Amino acid sequence: MIDVGIAGVKALLVLLMVLNLSAILLWVERKGSALIQDRIGANRANILGVMPFNLGFINTLIADPIKLLTKEDMVPAGADKLLHFMAPFLAVFPVLVTFAAVPFGDQLVIGDTTINLQVADLDVGILYVLAMSSLAVYGVVLGGWASNSRWALLGGIRGSAQMISYEIAMGLALIGAVMTFGTLDLQAIARAQGHHFFGVIPAWGIIYQPLGFLIFLIAGIAESKRVPFDLPEGESELISGYFTEYSGMKQAAFMLSDFAESVVVAGLATTLFFGAWQVPWLARDGFHFPGGAFVALPQLVVVVLQIVSFTIKVFALCVFQILVRWTLPRYRYDQVMDLGWKYLLPLALANMLVTGVVIVLVG
Amino acid sequence: MGAALFVVLAVLTVIAALTVVLHPNPVKSALALVTTLFLLAVVFVLLEAQMIAVLQVIVYAGAIMVLFLFVIMLLNLQSDDPERGRRRAVLRALAWAGGALLAVELALLTRGASVDMVSTAPPGYGGAQAVAQSLFTDFVFPFELTSILLLVAVVGAVVLAQKQRRPTLS
Repeated sequence: MIDVGIAGVKALLVLLMVLNLSAILLWVERKGSALIQDRIGANRANILGVMPFNLGFINTLIADPIKLLTKEDMVPAGADKLLHFMAPFLAVFPVLVTFAAVPFGDQLVIGDTTINLQVADLDVGILYVLAMSSLAVYGVVLGGWASNSRWALLGGIRGSAQMISYEIAMGLALIGAVMTFGTLDLQAIARAQGHHFFGVIPAWGIIYQPLGFLIFLIAGIAESKRVPFDLPEGESELISGYFTEYSGMKQAAFMLSDFAESVVVAGLATTLFFGAWQVPWLARDGFHFPGGAFVALPQLVVVVLQIVSFTIKVFALCVFQILVRWTLPRYRYDQVMDLGWKYLLPLALANMLVTGVVIVLVG
Repeated sequence: MGAALFVVLAVLTVIAALTVVLHPNPVKSALALVTTLFLLAVVFVLLEAQMIAVLQVIVYAGAIMVLFLFVIMLLNLQSDDPERGRRRAVLRALAWAGGALLAVELALLTRGASVDMVSTAPPGYGGAQAVAQSLFTDFVFPFELTSILLLVAVVGAVVLAQKQRRPTLS
């Protein structure tokens, strides 16, 4: 019984973390893009006009969802009603469940129960993540098809082609990391990144797999359909692509799935390449600084530090994705396909080969 | 718990599989097939075969079925013209006969056999390590042969696509 309770709390915690990070990212995105483009950005959110100043962040967080929730929900004529209704759910669901396999901390020991800070302790963690992200295509395809609109259909077709193409590069880029750590279990990968080279440089995945990280990040941004890979929803070409015919909360669900997907990409990159929840020199009993200095810490503090470290890393990678988005122009469609198939795929294969050779030589 | 879960999953899987065959709309048929494959993956998890479950979702539900949907959507299949109606009737009769034969065979084969609804396999039986172990030792020859087959298919696809000189989808 208590196990079920703990599992439920963990699931809720992770779900809330992804949703909240997505909402915060929406605000970072609006303000950040304004900063980059030398504008002021969203500053009109106020409560009935009586607040003396703009609460910005918090206000926008509340105002945006209220606006989206109260908008009219439209279903275009000739649309397939059932699939049109289902598509946003199919877009959001796989993204939200992906995070179940991502560990957000080591373990918490209370009395004689040990709680593994990960929702689903899976032996095949990485494959589970890839499986769920491969299901994310359906929301895009169906949203495009069921809307009975040319823009939407074109967006859906572009989206599915792009997501399938980049999934392959993404999976192959992860294989290098899997070979390095010798396991598919994300928690085991996180633990394997705890030691240091020469006592100073943390042995994070990016040290072993810089190219793998680069390919993974590019493919991840393409998977979440953001600039420079936002062809499926390119405004100047397709209005809004596959969700052109959606309004209100359903449109918000599609937007949420894009943001949540950035969070998931950042979470995976953190776990595999940036030491997951590891804090440099922090072990289960406290800090072991180079040179023999030791600061003992209670276990709860260590766990909190780990979770904070994980969150900061994820957030930093999310912000980096936003920076990329507002810096680069959009690719042409054939360039997107060329990049995926002719550059990233061979590079990922080469990365795999080199990793294999090095592992055989070094042992 | 396991047995109850299995029964629920089995019923849902059969309903989804029937929808694949019976639904008039090809897009919904394809989606029902995705649902069937996904539910089967969950059954695999119940049978301690996580590796197979995950691969089933990645390969079938996530890749092959998306291409199916892609093609169906691009062709935009309409309800067919009456001329093909008679051939369809013959095909339908043949399909029923084949299905009935298969059902009878299955019933005869499994008669008297006792089937456990809950997995009796030891933990780790279907994990990545166990599957890889048998794949790269006992079955390495068929495994390599399959990869050659796939390579031939890839080369074939490239050759065919080149010959037609069609403009790429853009």
